[in-house]
Amino acid sequence: MWSYIPHTREDKEKMCKALGIASIDELFDDIPKKVRMKGDYDIPGPMTEDELIVHMQELAGKNSHLDSHACFLGAGVYDHFVPSVIDAMASRGEFYTAYTPYQPEISQGTLQAIFEYQSMICELTGMYVSNASMYDGASSFAESAFMACVATKREKVLCSRSVNPEYRMVLKTYAHFRGVQVEEFGYKDGQVDVDDLKSKLNEEIAAVMVQSPNFFGVIEDVASIAELAHSKGALLITSADPISLAILEAPGKLGADIVTGEGQALGNQPSFGGPHFGFLAATEKLLRRMPGRIVGQTVDTEGRRGFVLTLQAREQHIRRERATSNICTNQSLCALMGAVYMATMGKEGLKEVAKLCYNKSHYAMEKLVKEGFKRAFDAPFFKEFVVISPKPVNELNEKLLKQGFIGGYDLSKHYPEIDKGWLIAVTERRTKDEIDGFASAAGGEVR
Amino acid sequence: MNIPEDLRYTKTHEWVRVEDGRAYVGITDFAQEHLGDIVYVELPEVGSEVEAGDAFCSVESVKAASDVYSPVSGKVIEVNGSLEDEPELLNEDPYENWIAVIEMSDPGEVDALLDAESYAKHCEEEEEEMA
Repeated sequence: MWSYIPHTREDKEKMCKALGIASIDELFDDIPKKVRMKGDYDIPGPMTEDELIVHMQELAGKNSHLDSHACFLGAGVYDHFVPSVIDAMASRGEFYTAYTPYQPEISQGTLQAIFEYQSMICELTGMYVSNASMYDGASSFAESAFMACVATKREKVLCSRSVNPEYRMVLKTYAHFRGVQVEEFGYKDGQVDVDDLKSKLNEEIAAVMVQSPNFFGVIEDVASIAELAHSKGALLITSADPISLAILEAPGKLGADIVTGEGQALGNQPSFGGPHFGFLAATEKLLRRMPGRIVGQTVDTEGRRGFVLTLQAREQHIRRERATSNICTNQSLCALMGAVYMATMGKEGLKEVAKLCYNKSHYAMEKLVKEGFKRAFDAPFFKEFVVISPKPVNELNEKLLKQGFIGGYDLSKHYPEIDKGWLIAVTERRTKDEIDGFASAAGGEVR
Repeated sequence: MNIPEDLRYTKTHEWVRVEDGRAYVGITDFAQEHLGDIVYVELPEVGSEVEAGDAFCSVESVKAASDVYSPVSGKVIEVNGSLEDEPELLNEDPYENWIAVIEMSDPGEVDALLDAESYAKHCEEEEEEMA
């Protein structure tokens, strides 16, 4: 197979001649010889297309993946079913090939799709306005902290340790360079430790940040936390699993001011952890503090319905360093998949997925308890839960992998205080046979 | 271009009218003309302290969100709440519709501001630069 060759030998000679050099190597004369690579790249020679396909299939065959193994790993990215209509829609040339086609004259389809995405996110979260999406759950979570700081004119946020550790790391990185302080408060029995929160909450706090269901899968008492935050003039920011919102009360109705989350569960394959998309929705009061793009519905000069980007006056390409955020883009294609997923499933379909997740994860928890695993927390959970394993989690996972199971997340890295904590995710895709098999295999390994 | 004789101006296109040590502050006809349709006014907080030259509120038009700089130092004692619901008032009559009232901490600062004649000249120069 030929590689893609942008220039012929004649092209290169012409260019060298124009530059007055004998060879391309002369362009690198400024780089000391001792740091330059000597010799050739140690890579094998070319293959035919046929050989290459076989080779790639061999390499791919080494992976343990969602079609070869039953997956009980979640921790932010989940093995939900992705109907084939999603790829069919998202790979249409009109959606797939164009990069940021936002001129309303030529992009009504794309803009309408984003508008519908925003409308569905608003309905799911119970919020007034949604943007056109963010990079991922972590970036939307971090950006929301800055919205709160600008809105309250305060420069410190409180974040629960029951929030996804990676979201908290992204939040701290963003905050460090914006001069925003992040303080964490603890958890008790898997839920926000209200006493710890109370002791840290005061009139200098811009926002209280929680996740529900949280990283342990536990459902937080969002309404009480919101009330507490508001009593000191702070905003309440939540991160939510969008699937859970089909059966749990919308955070907007519980007093949340900003609702963020990872959108992967909505029609995006887990892949290797991305690309996915984040959602961010807020109250009407915070409309002008929202980062990123927003599509609005309007009428053209002839009174026909149309869609345009709106509320861009505070974006970076206009306001430069005084912009509300340096996010200048969105994850349109991934968000489109989210929109197609929500439209395909419909309200009832989404509820069904959520109920299956809830029922199957509770069934799996009971099975594991019977096999000698102990529940870490008694608090209510949605589709993910923590059990304490009698043996180290990494060893257990390795053994289970050999039996065809991708085990749960090892909590020891981020929560060393939870000894042998094993975070198990069960989606609607897991069958009773898989759950039974997983529980008895895990039980067998620890006895 | 309307530039009332009895007001003082900044190079950043704010106007000031002083009454009993209080400065009424707004944006000029030149400013509203160049901003285009104003869709949102972010008012300063009553009670906040401002320094002359501080960006103390912002005006958002269909084109851009622009900062409004305080011409004088002092404390914001009143804001024009009607701009929240009717931001277009700034387009209709920018001099009748002040944005905020500042209790000045240094009334002498007003003397350093431009008079109508110098401000008119400044606008002309800016127009030329833009053209």
